[in-house]
Amino acid sequence: MSETFTKTMARNIFYGGAVFFFLLFLALTYDTHGELPKRDNRQNLTEKVAMGKMVWEENDCIGCHTLLGEGAYFAPELGNVYKRFGNSKEAIIAFIKSRPAEGVEGRRSMPQFNLSDEELDALAEFLKYTSEINTAGWPPNIQG
Amino acid sequence: MQYSSQAVAKPYFIAAIGLFVGQILFGLIMGLQYVWGDFLFPEIPFNVARMVHTNLLIVWLLFGFMGAAYYLVPEEAETELASPKLALALFWIFLVAGALTILGYLLVPYSGLAKLTGNDLFPTMGREFLEQPTITKIGIVIVALGFLYNITMTILKGRKTVISLVLLIGLWGLAVFFLFAFFNPANLVLDKFYWWWVVHLWVEGVWELILGSILAFVLIKTTGVDREIIEKWLYVIIAMTLITGIVGTGHHYYWIGTPEYWQWLGSIFSALEPIPFFMMVIFAFNMVNQRRREHPNKAAVLWALGTPVMAFLGAGVWGFMHTLSPVNYYTHGTQITAAHGHMAFYGAYVMVVLAIISYAMPILRGRAAANSPRAQVWEMWSFWLMTISIVFITLFLTGAGILQVWLQRVSENPEPFMVVQEKIALFYWMREVAGVFFLVGLVVYLISFFIGGEEEATA
Ligand code: HEC
Ligand code: HEM
Ligand code: HEM
Ligand SMILES: [Fe+2]
Repeated sequence: MSETFTKTMARNIFYGGAVFFFLLFLALTYDTHGELPKRDNRQNLTEKVAMGKMVWEENDCIGCHTLLGEGAYFAPELGNVYKRFGNSKEAIIAFIKSRPAEGVEGRRSMPQFNLSDEELDALAEFLKYTSEINTAGWPPNIQG
Repeated sequence: MQYSSQAVAKPYFIAAIGLFVGQILFGLIMGLQYVWGDFLFPEIPFNVARMVHTNLLIVWLLFGFMGAAYYLVPEEAETELASPKLALALFWIFLVAGALTILGYLLVPYSGLAKLTGNDLFPTMGREFLEQPTITKIGIVIVALGFLYNITMTILKGRKTVISLVLLIGLWGLAVFFLFAFFNPANLVLDKFYWWWVVHLWVEGVWELILGSILAFVLIKTTGVDREIIEKWLYVIIAMTLITGIVGTGHHYYWIGTPEYWQWLGSIFSALEPIPFFMMVIFAFNMVNQRRREHPNKAAVLWALGTPVMAFLGAGVWGFMHTLSPVNYYTHGTQITAAHGHMAFYGAYVMVVLAIISYAMPILRGRAAANSPRAQVWEMWSFWLMTISIVFITLFLTGAGILQVWLQRVSENPEPFMVVQEKIALFYWMREVAGVFFLVGLVVYLISFFIGGEEEATA
């Protein structure tokens, strides 16, 4: 690099740039918080949904599935599974309940989690709530 | 070795390599489960193998970063480490806590582990990469604080160089952003929003400072180029990292319920993120071309040149490929993401840790400046085997990803996920074969440590 561009100048660009863009990021974060109530479906965030999220986490569903496109790529996207299953919580519950404990031979298998009826209902409610978040039109189609 | 306390780096490096082996074995298990669905089911379900694979990766990289810091900081600060005893104690704490956590994943059903560790009292588990029980997360913070105290005190009492300062900022940043792992609101959008403050602001933010600093250190040592020049480069590179990478977080805020202006901000800033990686390539090659000495450790120079090239390919090129929001709309959460994740992590962080290990290990083992030429030949073979394998893993996953996107998301009659996966199974088989070659490369790497041969004159 040329001699007229000194180390001090480089250092100042680093500190100045880092601070400026971090503050900009904080400002954008603040603005995002203001916009979120219009998009994140919080009006439907009930106790039951919160419990469903906990069941989701404590069984590590994200270790095989994506949720809104984030997670693992081994099993179907679940952000829109409520819609894919015909807007039916019952269908989701039935699916999760019916997984054979020993797996499906030769096929990628989902564990049998032995969830209680309350947990199953909460989980399905959580997936319904997730499907109603405004995701800017993602995924491109119902297959996720 | 100039300072005897640098020796604490050695167990860190050895542990790093050991856990690396574990990571790859679980990668291969998952690779097989991709095509042979019920392999090891229900004993090791895919999600368990995955958390072992990714958590081992992160933990061994952290061991590598800590080892690097313990080695490099005394030499830069020209003083002994503040407390070698603390460093050794933290080593064992971290290793035992890490091993217990991995055993917990493997031996107890995950929901049982959550119950056992009281996740309901302070829920942080069950999110990608942050699967650790809350108690483990607290342990990580404690180890990090002890480590940072040690490193900070060492730098404060000694010479303050740009390299050690940048490393210090990176390491503090790592610890600070990890704290967002404890924030887990019931609101899924907020949860996801701050989850990226750990994941993205790590790999495309503060970790790049650590990367730049370690790379600069190895280059100074192996090329003998004037410190002033290297430090100027380092500042410019990390300046570009943070200028592009912080707002670049927006490339994860397209489809998770966040406002749509992120599609513009995220696309523009993250499209610039390859710049610092490109500068790293120019930097490393320039320094090696202007070298003032022929360092006998050719293998370390090879790793130091390979790191920026592969980081640029994996993070820069493969990152750019899917970072613009109209593209990401189709590729989000597909095998394209996995392809990029593998080459970026390998090229940037795996390789830089292997570079500092390559440079430091011979010295830590009392072998003068380098291993014997014969041992270096083995090490360089492992470089090529692992690097070419990861290129093929990436290419096969990219092939799988393109087909997946086409069949499931673009075509007129989109097909269900599971149907598509079966159609592209051939690519997963090829990925698994490439993965076996990677393992062979890793074994060659291990063997290189056991090859003696004539030693250079002792320093
Ligand atoms: C070990 C991996 C794994 C884990 C963990 C897992 N799943 Fe699955 N899941 C699968 C696989 C594989 C399928 C596809 C099954 C098939 O089509 O035969 C699937 C399918 C589904 C489906 C149907 C999706 C569709 O579009 O057909 C739902 C709903 C579902 N899982 C919910 C969950 C929930 C909720 C959890 C957490 C409690 C969970 N899964 C955990 C592997 C997993
Ligand atoms: C050598 C053989 C390897 C195989 C067969 C393998 C296989 C896999 C598989 C199947 C997944 C899960 C993908 C999914 O979610 O569906 C995965 C994830 C991951 N692996 Fe590997 N892996 C290997 C090596 C590596 C190496 C060397 C690294 C690090 C450099 C690595 C880093 C990762 C990361 C970061 C993820 C998470 C990816 C994401 O979320 O996008 N893997 N790996
Ligand atoms: C060394 C640096 C980098 C590493 C280690 C890395 C690693 C990763 C990993 C592991 C993921 C998957 C996260 C998940 O599981 O959800 C990811 C996602 C992503 N990365 Fe990177 N990355 C790096 C740099 C970059 C750069 C420079 C760009 C852009 C130019 C980029 C663009 C993206 C995008 C757009 C996604 C989201 C993919 C999706 O929508 O599914 N990355 N990265
Ligand atoms: Fe990112």
